Amino acid sequence: MRMDHQLAERWIAPYSHVLDLGCGNGELLAHLQQNRGVTGYGLEIDEDKINEAIANGLSIVEQDLNDGLARFADNSFDTVVMARALQAVKSPDVLLLDMLRVAREAVITFPNFAHWQNRIHLGLKGIMPVSEALPYEWYNTPNIHLCTFKDFEKLCAQHDIHIINRFAVSDSEKGHSSLMTALIRRAPNLLADVAIYRVSKQKPE
Amino acid sequence: MNSVGVVKPQTLHFAEPLTLECNRTLPSFELIIETYGTLNSDKSNAVLICHALSGSHHAAGFHSDNDKKAGWWDNMIGPNKSIDTNRFFVVCVNNIGSCFGSTGPTSINPESSKAQVYGPDFPLVTIKDWVKTQAMLSDRLEIDVWHAVVGGSMGGMQALQWAADYPSRLKRCVVIASTPKLSAQNIAFNEVARQSILSDPDFKNGRYLQAGTYPRRGLILARMVGHITYLTDDAMKAKFGRDLKSGKFMYGYDVEFQVESYLRYQGERFSENFDANTYLLMTKALDYFDPTRDYPLTQSAQPIDSLVPEELLASSLVESVKADSSEDELAKTLADSADIDNISASNHQELTALKAAFAHTECQYLIVSFTTDWRFAPERSQEIVDALMATGKPVSYINVDAPHGHDSFLFDIPRYMGAVKGFLNAPFMTDNQSKNSQQKLGARS
Repeated sequence: MRMDHQLAERWIAPYSHVLDLGCGNGELLAHLQQNRGVTGYGLEIDEDKINEAIANGLSIVEQDLNDGLARFADNSFDTVVMARALQAVKSPDVLLLDMLRVAREAVITFPNFAHWQNRIHLGLKGIMPVSEALPYEWYNTPNIHLCTFKDFEKLCAQHDIHIINRFAVSDSEKGHSSLMTALIRRAPNLLADVAIYRVSKQKPE
Repeated sequence: MNSVGVVKPQTLHFAEPLTLECNRTLPSFELIIETYGTLNSDKSNAVLICHALSGSHHAAGFHSDNDKKAGWWDNMIGPNKSIDTNRFFVVCVNNIGSCFGSTGPTSINPESSKAQVYGPDFPLVTIKDWVKTQAMLSDRLEIDVWHAVVGGSMGGMQALQWAADYPSRLKRCVVIASTPKLSAQNIAFNEVARQSILSDPDFKNGRYLQAGTYPRRGLILARMVGHITYLTDDAMKAKFGRDLKSGKFMYGYDVEFQVESYLRYQGERFSENFDANTYLLMTKALDYFDPTRDYPLTQSAQPIDSLVPEELLASSLVESVKADSSEDELAKTLADSADIDNISASNHQELTALKAAFAHTECQYLIVSFTTDWRFAPERSQEIVDALMATGKPVSYINVDAPHGHDSFLFDIPRYMGAVKGFLNAPFMTDNQSKNSQQKLGARS
């Protein structure tokens, strides 16, 4: 399972009701359903991925995240998950607040644009970065609102969103060493390429 | 070969009286069905197909070796197809009131003195009545639980009604190009179709068979109106554009444009094998469909009986479809009706009503709409999806991009066919989906 999914899973309570935004083929949802007794829905727009998820017995609803979550009532879920989709929506700030309206907690993963490799690409080479976490060229990327960990945390502060937990990780193989883990802890905004945030409008207990 | 091949319909006789929603009783009735595939030993692989307005029990395969035209859903049902007859035992039933073999206006009325057909005396039937007869059929076939109940358009309404009326008797519900209930615009189109039949001088108050006439022109017109609503502007443009038959304007009222020729042809083919009384009755069944009626909301809910006047339901088919609003009544209705600004409030009420109607259902749903369907637009399917999600029911929804309008559900569109296949073959979700989330929702409200 994808690393950000593995980590996201830790913050999702067993037998809870979950909404997975941009759920892809439903890998995370299926895992949560089978191993944690979680129920819920996935929203997705990729046609093939929706069909794949439906064939796996998941409840998937075709919806563009740019249309917002107005169809869901306040607090209708325990957790809303969004793995690597925030940077691809038109108004990430509006969506983030909407997520925390329909659920008490949100678990969000996104690629860190301030990762050292990206800085080298842009700072030294003068070209837009292409990496494992951001595998697109500038002209065909779906990622229209790239941000850094610092940017995201600033946005949270502006909207009184509490960061309950944070994991900053490197998605590449070499990032799994203990040395790298220690270094990332010291300078996540520079060294980690993916972050997993657990946020809430309510103060953590 | 991926066809079910040559199939033979069977007629089943039900000797017990059937009391309908309109409070009239059929002393007995017959259902004509077709089946494809084999029922397994534990009877767990049965799929029920519900037909649309002009459909019948003949959903797949051919009636003879020389038969050129396959059943209406042949691209959906067959070996290795979406509804795979290698795996499933598929049953398609013709509804009562139809003219294709089940008891309807063209059947002999056992209560008539000279063995005459029912004609306009056939009672008005509802989607709920059809589902009731289909449940009786299930008993006859000894199928306790359907693997799935599947339908498009009017068939989708039956599938929804199944979920509401017999929650423990189906595991999956597939609702395609359908709606939770007809809109005023939908009913308006149906009314135009009915009036074109009723105003045909050959209609003879519905007793055209006895009179030796047939309201052909009315039926053609009704079908032409319907047909326009099933297609789209783009589809008609692509097919006919403004092409002229003779290449120039003739300055008369004969067929000049290709699209006129097509509509007349479709109308004529339809009028050759469809009964006018059946058309009237089925469009009324569509108009009446409203699964929320059985689950009135405690607050501000009207008593069920007030929604459809008793005398209207009890009256005969012809009487009931006659325009009956006096000017005073109409003025009152308009004055009482919600302002257009209050649409969102009424949408909210609709959602609440639908939630109440589906809260007790136990099946897993697949809802499919088509982007160009304006008869039952995707928003109508989304109302069903939203109500189901709000009550924590397992539901998947796809909005398929297709150019064919409402008729898209009859086309072989890979994404649509793939989703139905995947859904029918998917592992059944444990029922903690609904129980668990209902607890959550209950705890919060």
